[in-house]
Amino acid sequence: MLEIQAEHRKTLNMTIDKETVQKVAGLARIKVTDAEQEKLAPQLSHIIGWIEQLSEVNTDNVEPLANVVDITPPLRKDEVTDGGYPADVLANAPEELEGFFVVPKVIE
Amino acid sequence: MAKLTKGETGEWETVIGMEVHAQVIAKSKLFSGSATTFGAEPNAQVSLVDAAMPGMLPVLNEHVVEQAVRTGLGINAKINLHSVFARKNYFYADLPQGYQISQFEDPIVGTGTIEIDLPDGTIKEIGVTRLHLEQDAGKSLHDQHPTKSYVDLNRSGCALMEIVSEPDIRGPEEATAYLSKLRMILRYLGTCDGNMDEGSMRADVNISVRKPGDELGTRAEIKNVNSVKAVQQCIDYEVRRQIDLIEEGGTVKQETRLWDPAKMETRSMRSKEDAHDYRYFPDPDLLPLEIKHEWVEEIKQTLPELPDQKKHRFMKSYDLSAYDSSVLISERARADFFETAAKGRNAKLTANWVINELLGGLNKENKNIKDSPIKAEQLGGLIELISDNTISGKIAKDVFATMYETGQDAAAIVEEKGLKQVTDTGAIEKIIDEVIAENPDNVAAYQGGKDKLFGFFVGQVMKKSQGKANPAAVNELLKKKLK
Repeated sequence: MLEIQAEHRKTLNMTIDKETVQKVAGLARIKVTDAEQEKLAPQLSHIIGWIEQLSEVNTDNVEPLANVVDITPPLRKDEVTDGGYPADVLANAPEELEGFFVVPKVIE
Repeated sequence: MAKLTKGETGEWETVIGMEVHAQVIAKSKLFSGSATTFGAEPNAQVSLVDAAMPGMLPVLNEHVVEQAVRTGLGINAKINLHSVFARKNYFYADLPQGYQISQFEDPIVGTGTIEIDLPDGTIKEIGVTRLHLEQDAGKSLHDQHPTKSYVDLNRSGCALMEIVSEPDIRGPEEATAYLSKLRMILRYLGTCDGNMDEGSMRADVNISVRKPGDELGTRAEIKNVNSVKAVQQCIDYEVRRQIDLIEEGGTVKQETRLWDPAKMETRSMRSKEDAHDYRYFPDPDLLPLEIKHEWVEEIKQTLPELPDQKKHRFMKSYDLSAYDSSVLISERARADFFETAAKGRNAKLTANWVINELLGGLNKENKNIKDSPIKAEQLGGLIELISDNTISGKIAKDVFATMYETGQDAAAIVEEKGLKQVTDTGAIEKIIDEVIAENPDNVAAYQGGKDKLFGFFVGQVMKKSQGKANPAAVNELLKKKLK
């Protein structure tokens, strides 16, 4: 946990270079051209720098805040109340066959 | 002692950790109300939440939480009253959300232990690092079309428990013992059906090798290990591959490998190096889960007697061996069958008949105790007839065979076929006299010192009585007559 926080701070202190933009774009499956990468790198660095101001606040011994109201998540009874409408589920599929979604082959 | 593997440069130790995915027994999914039954029409058990339509909100299934807590208690683990759901981000066609809702830093169950029974009769403790809840993905079919994959989201969103072990496992025997014991516990608890062939229990095996006493080696993670046998086979293969690689001067890469059961080999999945950058973060759609200590205590009260407790009780109260006990407790139905049959009867004798005759017969036909043509009470009836000397052990085997075939009661078969043991000494003496009269040469030889011939006389008497003479009485009377 502490390690993760330390790792997190490190991220905040770094500027976003072109390679990082490329990597993040890859992870997000977004095509970003070379020219766009040049343009985005300083912009993203600015945004990170702006957020970085938060790290000036001393948060030692402060638990992360998950919500501002003191409630626990609602739980559901284990009952079948949904599903059973494959036509609706498939309504937006670009391609379907016999109830399956059909996608370009994805196998390694 | 852990088994070592010989290499060119000496002996190697195998270090294994396992990640087991167990589908939680529940009627509906982890975060939606759609059904979870196996084998439905494609996409018929999918809600808009499971299909990740915009604006859908996940709502946690209370029963699944209870099942996770129950499992945690069953593996002697710490239950975390506070746990957090996080998003694990990756792209795949059968993961419509683009992330899997899982638990990362704060799982619902912390460290625990599982006792495994090794073939040499020793017991070893394997540490469990954690158990967390997560969504299952959908199912892709890749072999239906040359350039397309078909996706069925029925499994998408079903609740899984991921149970992660410490790297305490030292070889294929321990790995299969761990998996079998974990499956047994889950089945006893009723939290997972453990059917590996339906995919409701799946294992990833992390394997590394080292020289005894060295630091841990680099591990490879083997996926697609879908049976207990495959666990054994993939470890054998992977250990040999790693040792050969290192001894030829290479280094083991930390990577994910796929077990190919047809080719009996593991091969690199050639994932891009970024593939494991999951960018976990707490799911903003779900508040941290808070459960009450009292609720955990309530669940604890409902736990059944677990396999190890049952085993120790069988050893103690029925005076059975560790081996016999472990055979009987391996399924709850088996243990129940034995206890019903043994009630008020000779328990050791009952255990022998259940294990050797009944389970032996069922195994031959690949059947389960639930399919037994002989009911527990009926087997108990047979045990009674043996115990009170109505029939001999030898006749009992024939009676058992008839029971197995026809489902009749033992007493009815004995009555119908006239198999009652002859204990009347007068009748037995008469047969003995006949045998002696028919074999004067052997009688002379026996009396001349050929003691071994005694068995021949017993055999002849038993044969003449059609197996019905009480063997103890035959022995006793023969000895007297042949003097």
